[in-house]
Amino acid sequence: MAEAASVAAECLAGCRARGARSVLGQVVLPGEELLLPEQEDAEGPGGAGERPLSLNAGARSRVRVICGPGLRRCGDRLLVTKCGRLRHKEPGGGGGGVYWVDSQQKRYVPVKGDHVIGIVTAKSGDIFKVDVGGSEPASLSYLSFEGATKRNRPNVQVGDLIYGQFVVANKDMEPEMVCIDSCGRANGMGVIGQDGLLFKVTLGLIRKLLAPDCEIIQEVGKLYPLEIVFGMNGRIWVKAKTIQQTLILANILEACEHMTSDQRKQIFSRLAES
Amino acid sequence: MAAEHKTKLSKNLLRMKPRRAFMQRGLDSETKKQLEEEEKKIISEEHWYLDLPELKEKESFIIEEQSFLLCEDLLYGRMSFRGFHPEVEKLMLHMNAKHKAEEVEDETVELDVSDEEMARRYETLVGTIGKKFARKRDHANYEEDENGDMQPLKAKKMFLKPQD
Repeated sequence: MAEAASVAAECLAGCRARGARSVLGQVVLPGEELLLPEQEDAEGPGGAGERPLSLNAGARSRVRVICGPGLRRCGDRLLVTKCGRLRHKEPGGGGGGVYWVDSQQKRYVPVKGDHVIGIVTAKSGDIFKVDVGGSEPASLSYLSFEGATKRNRPNVQVGDLIYGQFVVANKDMEPEMVCIDSCGRANGMGVIGQDGLLFKVTLGLIRKLLAPDCEIIQEVGKLYPLEIVFGMNGRIWVKAKTIQQTLILANILEACEHMTSDQRKQIFSRLAES
Repeated sequence: MAAEHKTKLSKNLLRMKPRRAFMQRGLDSETKKQLEEEEKKIISEEHWYLDLPELKEKESFIIEEQSFLLCEDLLYGRMSFRGFHPEVEKLMLHMNAKHKAEEVEDETVELDVSDEEMARRYETLVGTIGKKFARKRDHANYEEDENGDMQPLKAKKMFLKPQD
């Protein structure tokens, strides 16, 4: 990682905040401060002290910038808290876009709105305790299923797999999840069926596999009939017609993180033959 | 002869507010004000406060979000291939299409009726609705053409002054 070492050395030597635009796609380390584009213009090239004359001296149009995972607000600047590559997305409507750090980790921290796979560990009164891989088990009320009423309880046992989303997830409270959306429809959430295999991968791989243009998923889908469920907490559940096919699928998905595309194509072609 | 000599009650007793408030009779407005001031003094001295300069809260334009949903367009998490689970396949189409449809809707707004047709309709609409609210005398202004289109309003008949 010569790239990262040189970057770190430069940063420590200079101790100057860099502009976010100039660092896009490069590796950033925790502790770095990044300047947003507007501030870059104000500071000027080299900080000579000359400021361009503008008609509205006081009113600088402030665009709302969103700092995503791996970044924190530090005064007017962005502070990096995770190591990884800096990414940026242009805004659709108004606003200044999103900046985030593309990092890799195995430990999941519950985030509101994420769809995850959980394992039911306990049933106490009206609430199920679901293990989602975080620091504490999430709570799931029995009324948060589609068509559930006080008399019509959902058929959920200890040990079942649940696909749901978080409604409450912050560092101060116990996470809560539900299996319906805001309209009251299930939309595919709820208890995941029988059989199949659940295994754990890194969080970065999940995001890579769920990207719209992911080749791996397209190739996997051509092999044989199968079903996959991805949880943002690093858990994948797969099911195929036979146990052997299921195991092959699980092995492919686990291994594709560290394979190059050529190696992957070789393996797929070998599988297609057999 | 009953209450010639008012019993002098202490300030604390006078300050009390019992249900009947008969004690309040002993208080004048002046003494009331004095009592209130003294109360405030006592309270402000006892209250603890931070001896800091006033900090002006700046409106920040950076919003912190911890979710990856905003950052990357991710597909729906449940997938099924080659007809293994037909319901999930339908869901896949629905959820991913909804995701793309939102983007497309922002770009173009499809027009059901063209602008020219709208203008033509409005032209005749004003006439028909106006006719509904016009009085009998004004009905003469709304003459129908052979085609059924409304003609523009004629000039109203005004009183003409006789010329000498």
